[in-house]
Amino acid sequence: MNTPTVSRRNFLKASSLTGLALSLGIYIPTNAEEAEIINAAEADSFGVEMNAWIHIEPSGKVTIFSHRAEMGQGVYQAIPQMVAEELEVDLDKVNIVFAKGDNKKYGNQVTGGSSTVRGSYKNLLTLGATARQLLIQAAATKWNVPSSDCYAEAGQVIHRPTAKRLHYGELVADAMKLETPKNVTLKKRSDYKLVGKPLLRQDTKLKTNGTATFGLDKEIPGMLYATVERNPRLRGKVKNFDDSATRKIPGVKHVFKTKMLVFNTYREGVAVVATSTWAALQGKKALKVEWDDSGFEHLSTDEIFKRQQQALQTQEGLSFKQQGDASAVISQATKKLDVVYETPYQYHACMEPLNCIAHYQDDKLEIWGPIQAPEWVQDAISKEMGLDREKVIVHMTFLGGGFGRKAFMDYPHEAAVISKEIKAPVQVVWTREDDATQGPYRPGISYRCEGVVENGKINAFKLRMAGQNNDHWRGGPKDKANRSTSEGFLKPYADGIKNLSIADVPFETPIPTMWWRSVYASTNGFAYESFMDELAHEAGKDPMTFRREHLPDERLHRQLDKLADVSGWKTRKPGEGYGMAITECFASTVGHVVKVSKGQDGKLKIDHVWAVMDCGWYVNPDTIKAQVEGSIVMALGAATQHQVTFKDGVPVDKNFYSYQLPRINDIPPIDVYVMDNDEPAGGVGEPGLPAFAPALANAIFDLTGKRIRKLPFNLATV
Amino acid sequence: MALQRINAMAIIKLTINGNEQSIDVDPQMPLLWAIRDVVGLKGTKYGCGVAQCGACTLHLNGEAVRSCVTKVSRAAGQKVVTIEGLSQNNDHPLQQAWQQIDVPQCGYCHSGQIMSAAVLLRENPNPTDADIDVAMAGNICRCGTYPRIRKAIHLAAGAEQKVGKNE
Ligand code: FES
Ligand code: FES
Repeated sequence: MNTPTVSRRNFLKASSLTGLALSLGIYIPTNAEEAEIINAAEADSFGVEMNAWIHIEPSGKVTIFSHRAEMGQGVYQAIPQMVAEELEVDLDKVNIVFAKGDNKKYGNQVTGGSSTVRGSYKNLLTLGATARQLLIQAAATKWNVPSSDCYAEAGQVIHRPTAKRLHYGELVADAMKLETPKNVTLKKRSDYKLVGKPLLRQDTKLKTNGTATFGLDKEIPGMLYATVERNPRLRGKVKNFDDSATRKIPGVKHVFKTKMLVFNTYREGVAVVATSTWAALQGKKALKVEWDDSGFEHLSTDEIFKRQQQALQTQEGLSFKQQGDASAVISQATKKLDVVYETPYQYHACMEPLNCIAHYQDDKLEIWGPIQAPEWVQDAISKEMGLDREKVIVHMTFLGGGFGRKAFMDYPHEAAVISKEIKAPVQVVWTREDDATQGPYRPGISYRCEGVVENGKINAFKLRMAGQNNDHWRGGPKDKANRSTSEGFLKPYADGIKNLSIADVPFETPIPTMWWRSVYASTNGFAYESFMDELAHEAGKDPMTFRREHLPDERLHRQLDKLADVSGWKTRKPGEGYGMAITECFASTVGHVVKVSKGQDGKLKIDHVWAVMDCGWYVNPDTIKAQVEGSIVMALGAATQHQVTFKDGVPVDKNFYSYQLPRINDIPPIDVYVMDNDEPAGGVGEPGLPAFAPALANAIFDLTGKRIRKLPFNLATV
Repeated sequence: MALQRINAMAIIKLTINGNEQSIDVDPQMPLLWAIRDVVGLKGTKYGCGVAQCGACTLHLNGEAVRSCVTKVSRAAGQKVVTIEGLSQNNDHPLQQAWQQIDVPQCGYCHSGQIMSAAVLLRENPNPTDADIDVAMAGNICRCGTYPRIRKAIHLAAGAEQKVGKNE
């Protein structure tokens, strides 16, 4: 892209568009060139839309737009923390607003894959630095001094020799007229005041007095409330329904058959629209619906895993990674390990059940809700409803949890369909039962792991997974192995094993599946890192030493050393109940050590969990610790308490009385440590999860000699 | 289902966060939905509707109740305090402790967590870990903020001892 020439005419035009404000954003060319920082005028002269991430007004008010969904992981804090660092403003003086869903302006807004910081930190830092440099330049020109004599601090530019100072607001009008510098110097890490510091989150206060607006809390004028009775078999159609009792309930206004888009299928249901949530809930209860469940299999959990495990005994699958000849070594070996691991279907169970407001009017659709992926909502719904993409406006609220579930378009689409039908704004409320029984779920997976150890090292490692491929639901190729077949498995392991084979044995069911926090690493990690432990014992080696010897990587060695240090690994006695595991996903590596013991009642209990996260360059260490703590709690539940089971195609557990989540009395002491280095930034929200289950199972083996190969298991009865 | 009873609307008087209010509702409506949809206070959350998660916890005459399973008629003539009314300025010792430790992640469960903890502290100004386990086991946090909830309750307990009772 050429250096833009900004004409006077364009300035005026841009100023009239944005008001008098220094407004800077990032422009990401579609031809994947480097992103550029541009101002409003330049954007105008290119005819491109930019993502207006910073606004500085003459009053000195600074507004920073947060373009990603806040679901607990702390982006609401992380984005401004990065921008404010380079801009040199106090974080508490900055006004933070959620940007509307608009990927022309903000680029990819899908909050998933732990990607917010690692995907955009360099651009965001550069953005802040560019604004700072413009303001310094404006002041230097005004004072007629070299800009090198000026510096910025706390929202002011200061002339070092004379201590003269001007507020940013006083410089806005001049700074707006300057050409945006193309090469700015970023601050050194050692000079950071905000980044890397455990600053308190800006959204906490809103969450201690009930003022944070989640999707379910949003209200728009004239809004009605809807519930939907959906097909309990996650597919299929409404044959007929009897709404006579429903219509007698005061407040119920409409009852009709509706549908929502679930990937490439529609799920039918009956909508009840009423003047209050309660009336809509009562109306739903009073419905009698007959379903048409023909045309697909009604599977039960036992059958699913039986089929997976049969396939693993008879099929080689689609090769994902291959080096040497693992199969040959294994077939000739006199001693080998050949075991099967099993991980269940899981439900996201966000504390805030799904909900969405839609207002369809005159070929325009507005949506408000807890939404992880506004642009996908725009894409899918505009296509489905035959609207221009620009006519679908998506507003993000706070999310009461997301974990992957709220990156999905079914519930906004359903709300849009209902609003269109009734010609009024409507909030569709999912009950907990709807939320728990409607999927999509994390797929349940079986793994067959075979290995041969020779002279204390792995000579052959052969792994096959059989489980549903989430990509297939979105049209991914069926003749290729799941792209996440080795997700979670440390890459350097693979480099160090002579004969290695990793393959995906195709497996399908009619049950819709989707990402769940840390995606395939959450299940792969259990199989791979438990098996690594089995191999270590087979080799007669300490599990930490064994891993170290198979990981030719200094950065990982430093992390393992830290893990050994903080957990007292080296001074433990074998058989004392220590286990470890280490996995990588979303460009971050996390190792856990778990210590277990038997209480006086003979029941197993977790005494302590130590975690060491290496996510490279980071923004807020306290947020990282919080995310790892939360990941461990979520992993604990998935390892020892809950799973989605199916009977004749219907999910069995409907609410928390049987789908038991961890509670405060289940939680062991957890210590989290973060490695300090300047490596590229990795993800934070998910990588803390996968290594917990194998570390726990490995600890149980250390204590009891019992190898756990199936999740979830009951701690009390091990 | 007794549809006749659902049909009957009624004027119910109750005091919410110190304000007397009359609302015209189905007396069978759970207090949760009356507070959220009719009164318009959205701080009290829906999580499960069956007294399993604690997201809907509020105070009825000073007791922590699950408003999702409490009929609004039960609150007639009674005092209801929701998270919005726990303190004037978001400065109940628990709210302060929550802020100091940055307890919330998504934050959805924390209205309920704080309301449960407030009753615990009033009845037991210096709870042990075991006391916290008992009092807080009814409140689920899917984001797993439990270690920080525990820490914050201890912190608030320390603060309360110094400044005395606050609510
Ligand atoms: S919503 Fe009342 S306890 Fe869950
Ligand atoms: S902070 Fe998300 S459920 Fe508790």
